[in-house]
Amino acid sequence: MNFLKNFFEKTEPYVQKGAKYHWLNSVHDGFFTFLFVPKKTSKSGTHIHDFIDMKRTMSIVVLALIPSLLFGMYNVGYQHFKVIGELASTGFFDIFLYGFLKVLPVVIVSYGVGLGIEFVFAQIRGHEINEGFLVSGMLIPLVMPIETPLWMIAIATAFAVIFGKEVFGGTGMNIWNPALLARAFLFFAYPAQMSGNSVWYSFSENAQTIDGFTGATPMAEAAAGNITYTVSDAFFGFIPGSIGETSTLAILLGAVVLLVTGIGNWKIMFSTVAGGLFMGILLNIFAGSQGLSEEAATFFGIPFWHHMVLGGFMFGAVFMATDPVSAAQTQKGKWIYGFLIGVLAILIRVLNPAYPEGMMLAILLMNTFAPLIDHYVVQGHIKRRMKRAKVAA
Amino acid sequence: MENLINIFIKSIFIENMVFAYFLGMCSYLAVSKTVKTATGLGIAVIFVLGITVPVNFLIENYILQEGALTWISPAFASVDLSFLSFILFIAVIASMVQLVEMVVEKFAPVLYSQLGIFLPLIAVNCAILGGSLFMQQKAFLNIGEASTYGIGSGVGWFLAIVGIAAIREKIQYSNVPAPLRGLGITFIVTGLMGLAFMGFMGIKL
Repeated sequence: MNFLKNFFEKTEPYVQKGAKYHWLNSVHDGFFTFLFVPKKTSKSGTHIHDFIDMKRTMSIVVLALIPSLLFGMYNVGYQHFKVIGELASTGFFDIFLYGFLKVLPVVIVSYGVGLGIEFVFAQIRGHEINEGFLVSGMLIPLVMPIETPLWMIAIATAFAVIFGKEVFGGTGMNIWNPALLARAFLFFAYPAQMSGNSVWYSFSENAQTIDGFTGATPMAEAAAGNITYTVSDAFFGFIPGSIGETSTLAILLGAVVLLVTGIGNWKIMFSTVAGGLFMGILLNIFAGSQGLSEEAATFFGIPFWHHMVLGGFMFGAVFMATDPVSAAQTQKGKWIYGFLIGVLAILIRVLNPAYPEGMMLAILLMNTFAPLIDHYVVQGHIKRRMKRAKVAA
Repeated sequence: MENLINIFIKSIFIENMVFAYFLGMCSYLAVSKTVKTATGLGIAVIFVLGITVPVNFLIENYILQEGALTWISPAFASVDLSFLSFILFIAVIASMVQLVEMVVEKFAPVLYSQLGIFLPLIAVNCAILGGSLFMQQKAFLNIGEASTYGIGSGVGWFLAIVGIAAIREKIQYSNVPAPLRGLGITFIVTGLMGLAFMGFMGIKL
């Protein structure tokens, strides 16, 4: 690493303001601080600098995403070989390799397009390169179905980075989670490629599939009133779904990393799950009521804990809802925000026939109202303290 | 009762005036700089919608519709006055807004000056007339349904304007590119809010 450090220190004068390559300043700074802890110190007063700056925060989140990513790769291969009926005769590494080769281009496109735009914006607007995209760039592939064409990933990433983030002023200023905006953009712009039963498996057009193959995800099956996947399959993740969302186990591993390092907020995670469980129980109670069609009654009747392992609920609760920028900022607000996400996610999932899954829209909706929740919480504090002040005086 | 709850929820979220029909955009964009004024205008809109929709419902059903005048004399059974509906609806709305304006001026002079021209302009707010026209189109059965619809639409509009006001307060300190500052970023925020509200489209109640 020493030669890298030397290189960056040597080239530093050339990218200063007024020097020959000054337009490369933000790129230089971006790479330098990504590789090495910045040695900047304050000039006046007493300040304590924590080494956990934005770059290292983002790196830890990416680390927490690794189990989901690896398992997602394996699962892509697993579903592929299962569908063509060669699961038993294929080794572990072949399965993984297949998925790896399928997922890798998606990750590369997402990072390439997103970081490219970030770099361009940083150069034009003359600010430092933000690392926020390190996480978004990893999240975007993980929430996409495997058969999404790469050009769509590129368009969605560009949309999310430009309209979700850069127009608001870059990392830390956005109102909505960029990765979810990318997903929602594709979902509404290209519904045929983003939902339905044919996008969750990767195989060529004329490949032979096993008998009885429908391609339905557990969520689609649940809407039809009959889930064929067991809870343990759904927990370990051997079900079709978006690349990173299937395995609750891998997501929980990531959650442990986030919680131990204190980067993911436990209040949001806890209240989201609590909200989901609450709504699930409520629907269970109503499942027996009169006037429901048979399908709706079975969907209502899915045990509330089963909702947790299906679809993107856990992935959203752990990685999306806890995004520190787009979530509510106040402590009390975090409880309300998380709880409503859980409630709305299950509500949209079960009650809205137009969408098989509700996590994405529930989080986007609560991102919309997070500033309002914060506003009311803060106003409440102000009011209470004003009252106290009057009593004291 | 169940029916009323359905209409209420539907008019707030699924058929939201701003995000589903893009009605009432002018005051929505102009008066959403701070949550406080937005709340004031939102409440005024709830009030006006909550009164005008049921009043217009009565006018529609007892004066305007074909055969509505039979309560005076059976001879009027073939009279159809529905061509007057726009004029009468607007007249009702304008007088209601006048009333709201006087009340606000008397009891909340600060809010009155903050809302400025947009308070009398509620009279020509498309969301208000839209509420009455949707009421006509939906052919509600009784006045309870009509008033629920009016209040629900108002609450939906209120939520939208307070939501965007909170977001605008938050992005006040953001480093938004210069050409987009002000209305530009507000339009983008509105579009993205509409995207988030898509979650409710298609729910059948």
